[in-house]
Amino acid sequence: MTTRCLTVKEGLPGRALAFAALASALALMGGMLLVVVAGTFHGLWPRELVAFTLAGGDQVLGEPWGEEPDPGNPGGKRVRLKVGNRDLFGQDFRYVRLGEVVATSKPREALALERWEYGNFYGFPVALKLGEQVLAPGDPRFEQTLATQLAASYRTTKRLAALRARLSRVPSQEEAAAMAELVAQLASCTLTVRTASGQEKELACGDVVRLWWPNRMGLGAKLVEFGRRLWEFLSAEPRESNTEGGIFPALFGTAFLVMLMTVFVVPLGVLTAVYLREYAGDNPFTRGVRMAVSTLAGVPSIVFGAFGLAFFVYQVGGAVDRLFFATTLPTPTFGTGGVLWASLTMALLTVPVVVVATEEGLSAAPPEVRDGARALGATRWETLRRVVLPYAKPGILTGVILAVARAAGEVAPLMLTGVVKLAPTLPLDGTPPFLHLERKFMHLGFHIYDVGFQSPNVEAARPMIYATTLVLLVLVVLLNLLALISRNKARKALEGGVL
Amino acid sequence: MRGALACQELVVGFGGTEVLKGVSLEVPERGITAVIGPSGCGKSTLLRCFNRMNDHLPGFFLRGKVWALGRDVYDPSWPVDSLRFAVGMVFQKPNPFPMSIAENVLFGPRLRGVRGREELAAILEGSLRAAHLWEEVKDTLHASAFSLSGGQQQRLCIARALACQPRVLLLDEPSSALDPIATAALEETVAELATQVAVLWVTHDLQQAARVSQQVAFLYLGQLVEAGPTAELFANPKEALTEAYLTGRFG
Repeated sequence: MTTRCLTVKEGLPGRALAFAALASALALMGGMLLVVVAGTFHGLWPRELVAFTLAGGDQVLGEPWGEEPDPGNPGGKRVRLKVGNRDLFGQDFRYVRLGEVVATSKPREALALERWEYGNFYGFPVALKLGEQVLAPGDPRFEQTLATQLAASYRTTKRLAALRARLSRVPSQEEAAAMAELVAQLASCTLTVRTASGQEKELACGDVVRLWWPNRMGLGAKLVEFGRRLWEFLSAEPRESNTEGGIFPALFGTAFLVMLMTVFVVPLGVLTAVYLREYAGDNPFTRGVRMAVSTLAGVPSIVFGAFGLAFFVYQVGGAVDRLFFATTLPTPTFGTGGVLWASLTMALLTVPVVVVATEEGLSAAPPEVRDGARALGATRWETLRRVVLPYAKPGILTGVILAVARAAGEVAPLMLTGVVKLAPTLPLDGTPPFLHLERKFMHLGFHIYDVGFQSPNVEAARPMIYATTLVLLVLVVLLNLLALISRNKARKALEGGVL
Repeated sequence: MRGALACQELVVGFGGTEVLKGVSLEVPERGITAVIGPSGCGKSTLLRCFNRMNDHLPGFFLRGKVWALGRDVYDPSWPVDSLRFAVGMVFQKPNPFPMSIAENVLFGPRLRGVRGREELAAILEGSLRAAHLWEEVKDTLHASAFSLSGGQQQRLCIARALACQPRVLLLDEPSSALDPIATAALEETVAELATQVAVLWVTHDLQQAARVSQQVAFLYLGQLVEAGPTAELFANPKEALTEAYLTGRFG
């Protein structure tokens, strides 16, 4: 009893210090997560439209995105207002000094339109023209008709885009006729809207992605809208230089990159480790190689990027172009950044992780089991493949998933070897040969950098940054979780029970 | 050279030290031959000479002659894997492979290229029956071998060796990790097998050697002190060293 009390007492300062370190580490990580989650929620949650009447008589309508101290008016506050209507106002956001506000209201008839171009429109409906017929907002059928017309135009626009995408270079008569019909359909519907300041604008129905009435939504409707936005964010393609739409190509590009990298890194890393541990024995050479491998793990990733560019892209890619794609030169096919070179570079970058983990895994096979296999006449290779590798499986799995998590989060080397801001096509699609390894691709990590720091419209892109960061974080956490589960499962299988 | 196993003037060592210093021994084609002696006397090294398991160890060297089934084990026309099919081995610690019970048993035959489904099934059942394990595992053949108890695992290792249809079994203290009941089961199993094959059984347990073997060889500091029929050697040891060891004055 006395001993125990003494230990606790004596260990107190060290224990407190260690606990403080743990607590701050947890607080930092929790804080980061909180900021990202809150930012995502903040960005995607549907907001109400508020109309401000200013002292000079001006009317302003927009989504309030938070209040902040006014630097031009000490002591005063201003509200950051998303007014949309970029085509009319030039900018999505403006500041409204709270001191200048005379009246505030939330008009029920305020409407919001998400458009293919120029961002959102916020304002009021004036008229809906369908061919010769004109409907005014007072009409009892107005809102119903508007909703169905816009939905129909949306589908027509999609069909037109799909048709254009697979159009032959010289359109056939049927294709031209089909297109003309769709264009005519779109032209027959126009919507006139009015901004809060009274400016009127005529929109083709086909310009509109979606319509909603922000001030008529209850909590349920807002939740549904939030879920819809989240889904659109994950599944749609980006628009307006990545500040709108979704991140699907980046998500797909990231997944494709890591899968391709896994295909390269697993055989390379596992066989290297097998050679080092099983065949080479312990000598100055293997010790040197091991040191080189662990040094490789510490080399800054941009160095790998530069190497990938110089070696894979220019040397190997250039040679491939000269040999197989000479007809299209000087336009490079493989001699420029692409998903193949990026994944090879990432494989090189992550091979140390796999080598170290596999070596550790191989040492998990007990010597008596190796002896047992040898005594049955198995060669070294057969022993390795059938008996030792199953023991090494948990280690190998851990290594692979750590490598994947690393590659999913890496940006610098990718910027040099094939990632782009906007890839018009995915590296895997329906056009033969289906797998397009030479194509450039999008990547979540680079997307964050691009949207956050290279965007022409940073204010509008802000919610996208948080949401993309959250997706990347979730992806990496999921991969690590997968590593943990698969390793434990493989371990359990070795300890007994069902294989 | 006659007998299932034999060696003559066998000197084996690792690096600079000799572990066996001129051992000559003959193991008959049937029955159990026990090798006894204090720890470190070279019992296991001697055993591992007959299926060339020492070859992989660092600094290994060998002088003298070793025969198995009348043939020099270093005969270049006799590949080491076929030697090991003919001379099976069971180790001190049960060492099942990380696979199912059935796959463990069929490991050897599959290496030899046996592919026929029925043939494999016959080998599986036959080997497990011979190792007295069939009744216990016949319903769980596809469960992990790690789900078996220690004694069952060791009998599985025997079945695995038997699946190669060896004519000699080398047992390297196979019951040292087992409890008395499992040991008794193992002894019974091997005694039955010994009517078909030659067994060379290394043990540090004198009572076990007296119980199971027909011949005994006493090894001390790398030299064969005395060898002969078990009853005779235990009753009237010719060498003073043997008598001292048997009566527990050292060892």
